[in-house]
Amino acid sequence: MATETLTIGKALNTGLRRALENDPKVVIMGEDVGKLGGVFRITDGLQKDFGDQRVIDTPLAESGIIGTAVGLAIRGYRPVCEIQFDGFVYPAYDQIVSQVAKMHYRSGGKLRIPMVIRIPFGGGIGAVEHHSESPEAYFSHTPGLKVVSCANPQDAYVMIQQAIASDDPIVFLEPKRRYWEKGPVDLDAPLADAYPLHASRIARPGTDATLLAYGPMVRTCLDAATAAAEEGRELEVIDLRSISPLDLTAAYESVRRTGRAVVVHEAPSNVGLGAEIATRITEECFYSLEAPVLRVSGFDTPYPAARVEEEYLPDIDRVLDAVDRTFGW
Amino acid sequence: MAKGDPGVSTRSRRAAPRSRKGTGGDPELVQLLTPEGERIDSVVGPDGTVYSVDFTDEEYRGLYRDLVLVRKLDAEATALQRQGELGLWASLLGQEAAQVGSGRALRTQDMAFPTYREHGVLYCRGIDPIMPLGLFRGVDQGGWDPNEFKFNMYTIVIGAQTLHATGYAMGVAMDGKTGTDDGEAVIAYFGDGATSQGDVNEAFVWASVFNSPLVFFCQNNQYAISEPLERQTRVPLYRRAAGFGFPGVRVDGNDVLASYAVTRTALDNARHGQGPSLIEAYTYRMGAHTTSDDPTRYRIASEVEAWQAKDPIARMKAFLTKQQIVDADFFAEVDEQARRESLHLRERVLAMPNPEPVTMFDHVYPNGSPLLDEQRAKFSRYMESFEGSAH
Ligand SMILES: Cc1ncc(C[n+]2csc(CCOP(=O)(O)OP(=O)(O)O)c2C)c(N)n1
Ligand SMILES: [Mg+2]
Repeated sequence: MATETLTIGKALNTGLRRALENDPKVVIMGEDVGKLGGVFRITDGLQKDFGDQRVIDTPLAESGIIGTAVGLAIRGYRPVCEIQFDGFVYPAYDQIVSQVAKMHYRSGGKLRIPMVIRIPFGGGIGAVEHHSESPEAYFSHTPGLKVVSCANPQDAYVMIQQAIASDDPIVFLEPKRRYWEKGPVDLDAPLADAYPLHASRIARPGTDATLLAYGPMVRTCLDAATAAAEEGRELEVIDLRSISPLDLTAAYESVRRTGRAVVVHEAPSNVGLGAEIATRITEECFYSLEAPVLRVSGFDTPYPAARVEEEYLPDIDRVLDAVDRTFGW
Repeated sequence: MAKGDPGVSTRSRRAAPRSRKGTGGDPELVQLLTPEGERIDSVVGPDGTVYSVDFTDEEYRGLYRDLVLVRKLDAEATALQRQGELGLWASLLGQEAAQVGSGRALRTQDMAFPTYREHGVLYCRGIDPIMPLGLFRGVDQGGWDPNEFKFNMYTIVIGAQTLHATGYAMGVAMDGKTGTDDGEAVIAYFGDGATSQGDVNEAFVWASVFNSPLVFFCQNNQYAISEPLERQTRVPLYRRAAGFGFPGVRVDGNDVLASYAVTRTALDNARHGQGPSLIEAYTYRMGAHTTSDDPTRYRIASEVEAWQAKDPIARMKAFLTKQQIVDADFFAEVDEQARRESLHLRERVLAMPNPEPVTMFDHVYPNGSPLLDEQRAKFSRYMESFEGSAH
């Protein structure tokens, strides 16, 4: 078994390479994905090895990228589209919501759009406006789309391949501030045996309260759990992995044990994923709850200037503050 | 300060007048100052328009000063980013002439809609060059009042501002502010890459259909990050205008005189009610896309060197020297001013305070919102809960 230590970025790159090798119908398309290898180098070296018919630098137009990918999909290809930054997906929003998401339904199941839309998302890199957004709720609210996010190199490597192999259109959210985090990746395990794409997983077992997160906030929650353990409190961390559909089976089981739950995401709280998750946990686990399900999130403002993003983003202190509040109820 | 109203100022030509259609090298390019610093008296554009400028010596010197200053301030910003004082910087290096030429062609009443790279135009509009540095330092969203300076905020989302410019121009026409010498015109800046965006093409349609008083000013710097022009177009960009029903012209964007002349003409046509036009300023991005970019991954050194020979400032300097419209101390004096201003800029950037975190709740809505008021109050209490908190 070949296990290597890779960053999340390199794991994605390796997963994309695997997908290109395994299926001649897989094509990568986006702005600067060719020679440059993408602004985050996630497609580094792929055009050199697979040619510019399979790794395509597109004209600068997001609606064009997704719209033409729909046509390629109808033609039998499996387009993997890169949107350069979260804040630049909106020119493609119409194509994604009105076309990509609904094509299978409108065709009575005759057309499939096996497309992956990769988006580096979230803050924490000190960027200027439009480069730090968390648009997951917009897509999760859209029937016909699936939305996932990876939080570690192993999942990055496997989930990107599973997403490409899936017949659903999938918005694949990459935690850009975590691209450089390292971890072991088993490169040889067969995809068929891999943990399912749309299933959540316990990232750290605990007994006293349950933290729920996905993407970049999984690391924050794990760090919070480490800090809490030093104070004698054992927090369970659940990496949701799939944002739509949500898999909350592990969450329900966990909350029935702990009686306390905190949902953590970077996106603003108003009408966000936290609301959905808290509602479902409340509906399923009402009699086990010792406190209401709390949310820790970005505020309901546009993403602020870089020098105050630390205060905007949920951090260990805010997560533990919420945990404390569940105990003080 | 170069104003240069053709026909108003006194002539000061010393070179033998020459006139031609385009230039020898590229018949499609309007050029009034060659890379060697030779003046061309007038040039006939693709639609028969005759382009020329008639600056006083003082104005020529002013344009040179502008070019040197915006380059130096830009270099200072790049240095500040390298030293960790800015998060990012998008340098205008190489595009000074396109920006100063078009920026000086604007009249006071004209409105400009920039991208994120128009530091030279911003300078010409009289805005303190520190203003955009707040955005790139990450302390604010960019500080000036767009209406006061008739220069909108920087727009990072590619192409979006071209529609805003079009709508603004429609408003100018609806207000009856066109058709006279003191009418208003609008200019929209964007890049070669932006021409692929739906928004830009929709702006072309709107401006054409509504005959808006608008100049589309495309700085074709040959790249959209790593992607060369051929990824965006198979025809010269200025020719796209014809298909939308308005005139297009390609100007040497490294020639400040020609950039001025074509922009002034296009703006005046717009203000007189003759509708939109497209200017393609043919230039080159001499530096990286931004300080985050590594251009060695996608372009070769010899290409950059070839453009170095067309430098906008060197040719203006050669012209001023040849024509003897500067005295011995002039260039040193301009350099000294640039040095002083950039040092002053640096000192002020270093002194820029970080914003108070609670200010992130400001300006989301003009009249606040109950949800945000509550979040702000909770946030303040939370910050105060930390021991020894300065908040
Ligand atoms: C809608 C959108 N998509 C992608 C980006 C990322 N991006 C920033 S600048 C740029 C290239 C722009 O090229 P061009 O229009 O030629 O302008 P230049 O930077 O060369 O001045 C890209 C793709 C963006 N800012 N907005
Ligand atoms: Mg460009």
